[in-house]
Amino acid sequence: MPNLNDILILLPELYLVAAACLLLLLDAFMKAEQRPLLHWLSIAVLLVAIYLVVGGQPSQPVTAFGGMFVRDGVSEVLKVFALLCTALVFVYAKPYLTDRKLFVGEYYTLSIFAVIGIMLLVSAGNLLTVYLGLEQLTLSSYALVALNRDSRLSSEAAIKYFVLGALASGMLLYGMSMVYGATGTLDLARLHLAAGHTGMPHLLVFGLIFMIVGIAFKLGAAPFHMWIPDVYQGSPTAVTIFIGSAPKLAAFGMAYRLLESGLGDLSQHWQLMLACLAVLSLAIGNIVAIVQTNLKRLLAYSTISHMGYLLLGLVNAGPEGYAAALFYAISYALMGTAAFGIILALARAGFECEEIDDLKGLNQRSPWAAFLMMLVMFSLAGVPPLFGFFAKLLVLQAAIHAGFLWLAIVGAVFAIIGLYYYLRVVKVMYFDKPVEGTEIRLQGDASVRLVLSLNVLALLVLGFAWGPLFGWCQRVFVG
Amino acid sequence: MFNHLLSLLIWLPIVGAIPVLLAGSSRPNAARWISLLVAIATFAVSLYLLPQYNSADAAKQMVEDHLWIAGLNVHYALAVDGISIALILLTTFVGILVIVGAWEVIQVNPHQYMAAMLVLEGLMIGVFCATDALLFYVFFEAMLIPMFILIGVWGGPRRVYATLKFFIYTFFGSIFMLVGLIYLYLKAGSFDLAQLAALPLSMKEQTWLFFAFLIAFAVKVPMVPVHTWLPDAHVEAPTGGSVVLAAVMLKIGGYGFLRFSLPIVPDASEAYAWVVIGLSLIAVVYIGYIALVQEDMKKLVAYSSVAHMGFVTLGIFIAFMLVRGADNLDAAKLGMQGAMVQMISHGFVSGAMFSCIGVLYDRLHTRQIKDYGGVINVMPWFGFFYVLFAMANSGLPGTSGFVGEFQVILASFQANAWIAFFAAFTLIIGAAYTLYMVKRVLWGDITNPHVAEMKDINGRELFVLGAFAAAVLVLGVWPHPLVQLMDTSVTQLVTQLGNHKI
Repeated sequence: MPNLNDILILLPELYLVAAACLLLLLDAFMKAEQRPLLHWLSIAVLLVAIYLVVGGQPSQPVTAFGGMFVRDGVSEVLKVFALLCTALVFVYAKPYLTDRKLFVGEYYTLSIFAVIGIMLLVSAGNLLTVYLGLEQLTLSSYALVALNRDSRLSSEAAIKYFVLGALASGMLLYGMSMVYGATGTLDLARLHLAAGHTGMPHLLVFGLIFMIVGIAFKLGAAPFHMWIPDVYQGSPTAVTIFIGSAPKLAAFGMAYRLLESGLGDLSQHWQLMLACLAVLSLAIGNIVAIVQTNLKRLLAYSTISHMGYLLLGLVNAGPEGYAAALFYAISYALMGTAAFGIILALARAGFECEEIDDLKGLNQRSPWAAFLMMLVMFSLAGVPPLFGFFAKLLVLQAAIHAGFLWLAIVGAVFAIIGLYYYLRVVKVMYFDKPVEGTEIRLQGDASVRLVLSLNVLALLVLGFAWGPLFGWCQRVFVG
Repeated sequence: MFNHLLSLLIWLPIVGAIPVLLAGSSRPNAARWISLLVAIATFAVSLYLLPQYNSADAAKQMVEDHLWIAGLNVHYALAVDGISIALILLTTFVGILVIVGAWEVIQVNPHQYMAAMLVLEGLMIGVFCATDALLFYVFFEAMLIPMFILIGVWGGPRRVYATLKFFIYTFFGSIFMLVGLIYLYLKAGSFDLAQLAALPLSMKEQTWLFFAFLIAFAVKVPMVPVHTWLPDAHVEAPTGGSVVLAAVMLKIGGYGFLRFSLPIVPDASEAYAWVVIGLSLIAVVYIGYIALVQEDMKKLVAYSSVAHMGFVTLGIFIAFMLVRGADNLDAAKLGMQGAMVQMISHGFVSGAMFSCIGVLYDRLHTRQIKDYGGVINVMPWFGFFYVLFAMANSGLPGTSGFVGEFQVILASFQANAWIAFFAAFTLIIGAAYTLYMVKRVLWGDITNPHVAEMKDINGRELFVLGAFAAAVLVLGVWPHPLVQLMDTSVTQLVTQLGNHKI
């Protein structure tokens, strides 16, 4: 029987479930012209959830439901930023959805359900909770990708995502079953204790490999990245922006729970596996991105390379490395939201703004939009003084400290290659002449533009004041 | 005492760029005047550094130190010595002239151009002030962004190729330095340059770090064989971009050697000094010959920049041979001082040369030497300045170009006569390519009818060229104040060269 204490620990999640159900009901009885109300309500729901997460945060890590659910500092950071990114996504998505007649309640409720999945996943204290959270997140995502059901591209992307995702879930479950077989427990904390002296070390490592496949799929790390470009390109941009932001935090959380909380003692095994994934992701992401002409596909490959950098932090397998990787995940989520946010703001009915050439001469049409996009691109490329640089700095440092100097050098070399395609976007916006007869400028009302500007300028401001955020990331892994 | 002078100097132009941008394309004149005011104010503040600076004290001065990132022990730490002040003054001086120089020339989005220039100026000052390696790196890299935009938006026909090449080359160089700096940080627990200089390092570590630094700064200087971005960037950049690039940005490479390679990896620097000296001599001789055959004026001056910067690296690393090989501190100091004077002088001379070419380009819209000829007949005032700067570029005594080169050659002589022999080649080749260009551009009969219609320089151009001319002459005739300003800092650097880390 759950007691009141368990309920209180789980309050933010329970609240979100209730709120999402209410929104669903409300939507069913709502007239179409009242729907903007739903939009603002959804954002309010997320903001209140942030308050509940932060406000109810216990000073010491606590567990609920017999260790199934953990509420600690790591989960707090991840939840806050996942909720924040989703709220930003909602703000940016509205004009796009309205223009395409996709402005439906399902978008909001499915997204919130996905966020609930993220919150469960990052708070998981048991292999079953990991799986539960993951499925909750991915099932909602499949449906979101297929939101525009008249679009063939969209449906194709959803099917691809579903099939590959199911395969990855299967792998993960298979791995979990082996780990269970080797240690006799599903509880992550007990697993941590048992992993050191199991009678079947080979089975355990075998299970670990399968679990890493599942994590790599979720992160979108090569060679399990196939779904990313197609899903990014095929989904409506309003969904791509969601998939490209908050779930990356979830993927980090999942990797942390499984690898550190569960199998931390096996780090000498998984460090090298992650290093291989990192090198492949950096190579495939950065090199294939060069030849892309579609902006969304370009950002998809850029995601793959960024996950490679995130893995550099995880390879460290110590508090310092986790802090760096967490910092990286947050910075990527903010940058990804900003990048897709600008694409959303430039798109309008009948114009997706998803080819790189669509941005031609943006500086002459809309200097502010071009400036914002330039900041995002330089941040993604890791050029100081923008936020992205410091995230890269931290993961490189973590890798070097763990003795993976060669890996850091590989990361540095691929940063140079990656620079090229980000610069190409800047080049198109600033150096090319606009195509005659086209018009491209920021859409949406003042609130969208304001939030978007703040989001991007935060990348600049955080480039100077990243200390507090980094301090937070460090603190949650100490003790 | 007000002790945020250096911060003010860095942030004044950067913050000043905001109102310039806000003035927008609708009020170009407001943008121009605001940026000029900001540039003048910055110059005034930089002049104020001089009375504040105690040139007898070898320690870093006007220290500002705030903890920036507690988790990493990164400091926002600024301080200057004589060398930094000289370079800062060069930067702020050139900062005014490029803005005046661009006044009517830049017609497309002048506010963005001016803002980029101001941001660039602030960041360059930051590089010269930073005493924390990470802060240095941030300024060092951030600088690329405005320059990328300057070349790419206002440049010539092949500007996109040139600016991408410029950005990627420089980024390529510096990312390895970043890995090196992180490695050092993990050993020392701090990015503070003084602490890094005191850190004991094995020869193997020093060697790796030396090459990491070398590649970063060699690209920036630029040294053979990583100089190929420079001719492209110079040719395609707008006049102001070329001036800043040649006058200040290249100096950051030389400055980097002083602040990183020499104090942090002295033993490896000594062991591999021959690499740098060899490459410098190649730059002086071989690149000189390449300059001789150029048909594009800007390309010619760009190659001559590579050759002249060869003197800077030669002067810096010859000091190693003198201190450690021969224990000849005086000669080492002479070489180092020569390198510093050469940096400042090249800043004036190359800036002036590019400004001159800009004057011609604005009239005829071509940089090909063959399109000109007989310019002196229609532009006598211009001819006067052009010849003066050409003389300075070829190192004529009485101009600033002579002082530094002479000192470096003198020092090299005491290390190895052959090095001096090849270095002295520049006096012949430099004169040859510069005067050959002058001959083809200024003298002779007017063959191109458009040349006959060219008007002599106007008041604005006169101001820019006149200011450069004054600087070139003053420095050439009376280098004492500059030498005095840098004297204690140079002496201290040279004494440090003797420190062994293993």
